[in-house]
Amino acid sequence: MNSIEHISDFVKECSSHNRTIKISGSGSKSFWVDSHADQLLNMQDYAGVIDYEPSELVMTVKAGTLLTDVNRILEKEGQVLAFEPPTFGGEGTIGGMVASGLSGPRRAYAGSVRDYVLGIRLIDGIGQDLHFGGKVIKNVAGFDVSRLMAGALGSLGVITEVSLKVMPKPQYEKTLRLSMNESQAIHFMNQAASKPLPLSATSFYQGELRIRLSGAEVAVRAASKELGGETLENADQWWQSLQNQTASCFDLTKPLWRLSVKSTAQPLGLSGQCLIEWGGAQRWINSEHTPSQIFKVAQEALGHAQLFRQGNPAQPLGSPLATSLIPIHQRLKKNFDPKGIFNPGLPGNF
Amino acid sequence: MDRNHLVNLLSQCLPRESILTNPEDVKPFETDGLSAYKQLPWIVVLPTEESQVQAILRVCHQNKVPVVARGSGTGLSGGALPHEQGVLLSLSKFTKIINIDVLSRTAVVQPGVRNLAVSEAAAPLGLYYAPDPSSQIACSIGGNVAENSGGVHCLKYGLTVHNLLKVRIVSIEGDILELGGDSLDAAGYDLLALVTGSEGLLGVVTEVTVKLLPKPQLAKAILAAFDDVEKASSAVANIIAAGIIPAGLEMMDGPATRAAEAFVHANYPVDAEAVLICESDGTPDEVADEMDRMKAILESSGALELRYSQDEAQRLKFWAGRKAAFPAVGRLSPDYYCIDGTIPRKTLGYVLKRIYELGEEYGLEVANVFHAGDGNLHPLILFDAAKEGEFERTEAYAGKILELCVEVGGTITGEHGVGVEKINQMCSQFDDPTLACFHGVKACFDEDGLLNPGKLIPTLHRCAELGKMHVHHNQLPHPHLPRF
Repeated sequence: MNSIEHISDFVKECSSHNRTIKISGSGSKSFWVDSHADQLLNMQDYAGVIDYEPSELVMTVKAGTLLTDVNRILEKEGQVLAFEPPTFGGEGTIGGMVASGLSGPRRAYAGSVRDYVLGIRLIDGIGQDLHFGGKVIKNVAGFDVSRLMAGALGSLGVITEVSLKVMPKPQYEKTLRLSMNESQAIHFMNQAASKPLPLSATSFYQGELRIRLSGAEVAVRAASKELGGETLENADQWWQSLQNQTASCFDLTKPLWRLSVKSTAQPLGLSGQCLIEWGGAQRWINSEHTPSQIFKVAQEALGHAQLFRQGNPAQPLGSPLATSLIPIHQRLKKNFDPKGIFNPGLPGNF
Repeated sequence: MDRNHLVNLLSQCLPRESILTNPEDVKPFETDGLSAYKQLPWIVVLPTEESQVQAILRVCHQNKVPVVARGSGTGLSGGALPHEQGVLLSLSKFTKIINIDVLSRTAVVQPGVRNLAVSEAAAPLGLYYAPDPSSQIACSIGGNVAENSGGVHCLKYGLTVHNLLKVRIVSIEGDILELGGDSLDAAGYDLLALVTGSEGLLGVVTEVTVKLLPKPQLAKAILAAFDDVEKASSAVANIIAAGIIPAGLEMMDGPATRAAEAFVHANYPVDAEAVLICESDGTPDEVADEMDRMKAILESSGALELRYSQDEAQRLKFWAGRKAAFPAVGRLSPDYYCIDGTIPRKTLGYVLKRIYELGEEYGLEVANVFHAGDGNLHPLILFDAAKEGEFERTEAYAGKILELCVEVGGTITGEHGVGVEKINQMCSQFDDPTLACFHGVKACFDEDGLLNPGKLIPTLHRCAELGKMHVHHNQLPHPHLPRF
């Protein structure tokens, strides 16, 4: 599918025959979510940058474009996607990036995918070509449907084009390592974030807190003096290995849970080693606990949980929605996809 | 529906004295910050508890009565314009700051809390709430959520949507919905993003959890004068291209600069054709470093004169003229019209040239103030409503400017919202299927269309007039508020 018309015709055809569609990019996140459907809509051929003017801080790109290609183009101009989306094996697409809503180590300090989405072009469940948002940073015309698509796992339509806000690459970076226990680390991360310091990533694993500072060199040096600790060498490798889950602390053969909790939540007390990111707000754990035990712990920590690896990708498991929100989710799904043809089984919690 | 009957039903929801119907009591609610539109409310209710809001909405839902929620009424697009046969639901009594948590850097506030009050309450903790719309001394957080308000620092610190964690809304059925959460993301669709900026069409906000940021140690500003707007515009592009995201980046054209200078005497260079204000914040070293880099770029971009704020008083003086630009322009002429388009920054030169050319065609003068960092342009058209045909000419001119913004890839509203004012221009920006989809989204929350009907989303057959902010004899509502 290399044109909007093709994609739209395909959706219309499937819609009229009540055939379900799995929307796919590169499949790089199929370990987590992977819908089973009658037809496959592979978006990888609808690729390429439509518009990119570095001084506008905006890039408009077709959904099938590889994230690594986008990163390379931005790199040439000294810019980045500030939310550091995972590339999982170097194959993720922009459409998948937005649909999954996943952000990397910088998320707690720079915002998430949805924060950088400015506009989306979408084919809805009856094949209509819709345009939401725009290509400018400030825009309050109409409902913010573009951001609604971030994290909706393709259940509301086929994302065909995306406009993103891009940011300058930080001038200088440095990562510090400090030894302490888990509850001390949680406190430290939160306290550091309440000071005007250029934090850009934090992690804690097995007694070691790591803090990345990014910005003007003078500010980074001053902050590193204030925070103390030792400098971590080859720090990029560490943050990339968290971003793409290649670090050895992720045991990919066991169930891996992602808990998104209040940043100040105390250690969760689950068995298994916990990796903490996002200043305390994201916690990963390889655990054999039952889903209901995990959901309960997540709820007590004022958040929610998702089974990220070693679950059933056709029916991804996550904390149940508040019952008050279920009807709205169902109606939104119906509004965009009246026949329920897109990515059956996803998102999975309503 | 009989009004007395409705008042009786509402009396079971809240004390009778919190229900206003006398013309003299409801008159203060007849307009918001856009006074060109007025409508005397049918009934005003002033609840003090969330449970009262629930009960009011249930009554309205059961009896199919429209509801318009209102915060401080400072909006500039008529979003809080009352409905002639509806209930105006004022959240002005919801003024409690419920909690400020210094470690998690969050504040839980009621919707009627003023934007600036949040930062003031957080200041002793070294924290503040970043979005700073020009009306921040008066505008409420609930209204900020409804409008997705910005401010002069939003290029670096984001809009309201980027600074929220959770909102509680009451649905038209009277149910409480919590959107977002105490974590950085929540299960399910991102309803928090959808509701932010929805102009009161999806629910009534009763509680907001905002993110607080550590207050930067220092802020400094540079004022740069240019003999040409194109050069000033390139300077902005060059600053961004050099990898700098200034805390503030504002531009005024010659007419706006001269009007501001005559009004506040900020010592602006009045012979300049464009003035830029660039602000840097951070640690003292960081600010010094960024100021040096900006200075070099401004010089190489052709700035004729650069001035640096030596202290906080001078920095505020640099801003004083910019922040007073609307009333300053208002002094030049009996009336003015404010436009709120956003454009890709690279088109600024072209857009301004066309705005001036069109001004000559229509025989009207214009002054431009510009949130240059994020492309949000406020042309202010000067006119005199007392002269026959001049208002109509102004409307036509304003319409052309908005079309121009859409034509170059921009939008009809960057921050003031659609409200009733730009409802027709929505048709030039969005096609029918997209507008129909918006109506569908609305129906997911409010099937009967009772929440703020007639705002934000035009019906499909309605595509005619063009947007404007009409200010007569410089009488802006809330004249004490800066407007930028």
